[in-house]
Amino acid sequence: MSWLALIMLLMPGLAWAGEAKPLAEDPVAEARLKHLAVELRCLVCQNQTLADSNAPLAEDLRREVREMIAKNMSDQEIIDFLVQRYGDFVLYRPPWKMTTTLLWIGPFLLLVGGAITLVMALRRRGRTLTDSAVTDEEHRRVEQLLSQGVKRS
Amino acid sequence: MNRFLLPLSIFVVVVGFLAVGLTLNPREIPSPLVGKSAPDFSLPQLHDQGKVFSSNELTGKVWLLNFWASWCSGCKTEHPVLMQLAQSGEVPIYGMDYKDQREEALAWLRRWGNPYPVTAVDESGRVGINYGVYGVPETYVIDKQGVIRYKQIGPLDDDVVAKKILPLVKELQAK
Repeated sequence: MSWLALIMLLMPGLAWAGEAKPLAEDPVAEARLKHLAVELRCLVCQNQTLADSNAPLAEDLRREVREMIAKNMSDQEIIDFLVQRYGDFVLYRPPWKMTTTLLWIGPFLLLVGGAITLVMALRRRGRTLTDSAVTDEEHRRVEQLLSQGVKRS
Repeated sequence: MNRFLLPLSIFVVVVGFLAVGLTLNPREIPSPLVGKSAPDFSLPQLHDQGKVFSSNELTGKVWLLNFWASWCSGCKTEHPVLMQLAQSGEVPIYGMDYKDQREEALAWLRRWGNPYPVTAVDESGRVGINYGVYGVPETYVIDKQGVIRYKQIGPLDDDVVAKKILPLVKELQAK
């Protein structure tokens, strides 16, 4: 029975050994691929980066990027290669263009708009508070009520 | 009344944006290649591996390039549409067998019919990458000068063929 236990103990080890294959021979190239792949979108599972995705297309694109790295192409050249084919959509950070202006400055516009509304609302409220005039009759009544309060306590 | 006018109008605008957003298909990413030259390729043919099919053989013709695979279910959906279009003789449809097993692709065509005069084999998916393919089926309309004029993402249907493909093909053929 002990040999069976031994095999069972070794089994996960074997599976682990199969998975831990090095991704590429060149660790420098692999580091560049990782750096690039987190900036690029997988087109099949659109909310994953090229680095995360297991889709066949993502694997193909990683292979393509690896080959371009091996050819000593710059990061910009590699990104241009992909943008030419798949459009700006492959980029997780869309470039600043006419069509993307609203996307980039929209949040800041909302922030400024919100701040202006807040300041205006606060000012209006401040004005309505100071504007309320108290008549002499009301003033006397207030004094009276307050003095009653003092006596009670 | 006035107090509610501003929030209400903002609400209406947001609902308007969301309503438009619902009708868009997030899988349809506009291709930057429309209006640009179709990438050249020279690939072995599916039926005769010894022969090469090259895109520049088709210069001077208006043609469709259809990326398909035997493993792709959308390709089965659009297949009758392709068969009908091929039989009409309006425009030749060239096939690109994308990341497929040769035997299975041949069996698929034997079983369902072959709308393609020639099918090229893109085993590695490299030509697919050059064409910006991210999911089969995809179909390109290419004009006489070899410029991509239209890209269909996903299966073709009768409506797209009648309203988009055929009018465009006729216009390009007349040029």
